Amino acid sequence: MTEHLLKIHNLNKHFGGIVATDRINLAVEKGLIHAIIGPNGAGKTTLLAQLSGQIKPDSGEIEFDGQRITGYGMARRARAGLARSFQITSVVMPMTLLQNVMLAVQGGSGHSFRFWAPVSNDSAMKAAAMASLAEVGLDDRANRIAANVSHGEQRQLEVAMALAMKPRMLLLDEPMAGMGKEEGAMMVKILKRLKGDMTILLVEHDMDAVFSLADQLSVLVNGHIIATDTVENIRINDEVQRAYLGDGHA
Amino acid sequence: MTWFPQSISGRVYAAILLILAPAPFVFEWINQPFYLDLLSRALILAIAVVSLNLILGFGGMISLGHAAYIGIGAYAVGIPSYYDYYNGWLHLALALSVSASFALITGAISLRTKGVYFIMITMAFSQMAYFTFLSLEEYGADDGLVIYSRSEFPQWLTMDGGTSLYYWIFALLLLSLFFTHRLVHSRFGRVIVGSKFNEQRMQALGFNTYRYRLVCYVISAMICSLAGMLLGNFTGFISPDMIGWARSGELIFMVIIGGAGTFFGPLVGTIVYILLEEFLSLITVYWHLIFGIMLVALVLFGKGGIHGWLSRLDRKGAGHD
Ligand SMILES: Nc1ncnc2c1ncn2[C@@H]1O[C@H](COP(=O)(O)OP(=O)(O)OP(=O)(O)O)[C@@H](O)[C@H]1O
Ligand SMILES: [Mg+2]
Repeated sequence: MTEHLLKIHNLNKHFGGIVATDRINLAVEKGLIHAIIGPNGAGKTTLLAQLSGQIKPDSGEIEFDGQRITGYGMARRARAGLARSFQITSVVMPMTLLQNVMLAVQGGSGHSFRFWAPVSNDSAMKAAAMASLAEVGLDDRANRIAANVSHGEQRQLEVAMALAMKPRMLLLDEPMAGMGKEEGAMMVKILKRLKGDMTILLVEHDMDAVFSLADQLSVLVNGHIIATDTVENIRINDEVQRAYLGDGHA
Repeated sequence: MTWFPQSISGRVYAAILLILAPAPFVFEWINQPFYLDLLSRALILAIAVVSLNLILGFGGMISLGHAAYIGIGAYAVGIPSYYDYYNGWLHLALALSVSASFALITGAISLRTKGVYFIMITMAFSQMAYFTFLSLEEYGADDGLVIYSRSEFPQWLTMDGGTSLYYWIFALLLLSLFFTHRLVHSRFGRVIVGSKFNEQRMQALGFNTYRYRLVCYVISAMICSLAGMLLGNFTGFISPDMIGWARSGELIFMVIIGGAGTFFGPLVGTIVYILLEEFLSLITVYWHLIFGIMLVALVLFGKGGIHGWLSRLDRKGAGHD
């Protein structure tokens, strides 16, 4: 029997006249990588923003692990185990990579109304953060300031932070955006290692990456999901070819 | 780390503390009681500035109403004294509890807003406190209230006499510096600092930034009320003038002159501000103008305040942040 970790029921969102999310229904199976593809402006980021609680939907319901989370704020959803990375890098720039990831560990481990003990002496937290940095291959840059590392490394930091929260599901918004070939390959490797253990909703433009990573694939066009299927079936789907893959991608 | 500070800024701060520690005896020796008064007032304000720096410098919450907590602390001494309740513990408990309550209520509302709106609303609340004190006819209204005797503590803790009061001030200043330092490096402090730079990310990590900020705001207000309690005892006179929004503005200047978001910056900023104010006013009647120009220049060109300047000297030598 398949178990769905995330279920989206009839989600709608518009910005003025733009329909950004149009009656989206989607269920993400536990332990799988479910990719969402679609042209620029299709509404992928808007969908993730609604899942993470950054934007409120106009209507519809979101269910995570059997819990209705539609009314939860961003922080509460994160604590429920839904971690997000941002399309536009969003980390604490003046802090080191290690400090950033330690914050993520902290966020995933109970409240932080602890006023006295210095974080820098917390060896357990440091070890956990270093482990997450190692997972994305940043452990040798732990003490660099986030603002001073390369764009690709900041993208890796985004993923390390999401992982460090020990979430039950990852929402990744174009983790490879703006990366070079090598860095992109590195990211694919990182995500491949997570495959099977982690449930991931992956928004990504890089088709080679998507085809090599995803178990399931949804195609989003103009805010609506026009097809959800296995990667193999999507590849031969005519409608998808016409709507999206036709224009030089496949 | 050794016991002796390695950086230029560290050495300057250590030197300042070493000068401050025996100050009353030095001033007595050279027979200049006025300097002790000046320094006592500066260090009292420094406590308020340290508390403001906690929310403004480390937390990015620019409050233009912090002087209200000085007022609350001072009236927590003045009003009981008016009824002949001189017990110092009572004054202390009142200052801390009333400031905490006022901060909790006004902070809960103010922190729903951001940026300029936060500045305006904190100012509005402090003006509310100002007009409330102004309307208290019983306690002198705008004429203020004379406090005839200092808060009473056990003999070994007495505030009576300039030297004893100075060491009260000095001790509370050191405590508030130490406490801020611990706080900022704790888990709580990391959340506060992180939220200053990227609130969205902090929320995505699971932190309810509003709650953390509110607690920080309350802690800051309580520390500030200690400054008020000391000021009431020091001047022996309280009036609504202590808490007008211009006073809050001065506190912000002191934070910025010293270096917002640094530990010793606020102390140095306050001392420099008070000394400049004092000596410029001796030299010329146009001192407000000169002072104003200096402040503008400092804000425009003195990135990071005095601390920023000192650590740039450091970086020239070494290569460390
Ligand atoms: N805050 C907003 N206000 C108004 N319109 C918005 C807002 N956010 C997104 N939109 C619009 O909604 C549509 C969907 O945008 P979204 O960013 O979700 O697309 P996307 O699929 O992530 O695109 P990309 O591949 O370029 O990242 C676009 O037309 C966009 O202009
Ligand atoms: Mg997008």
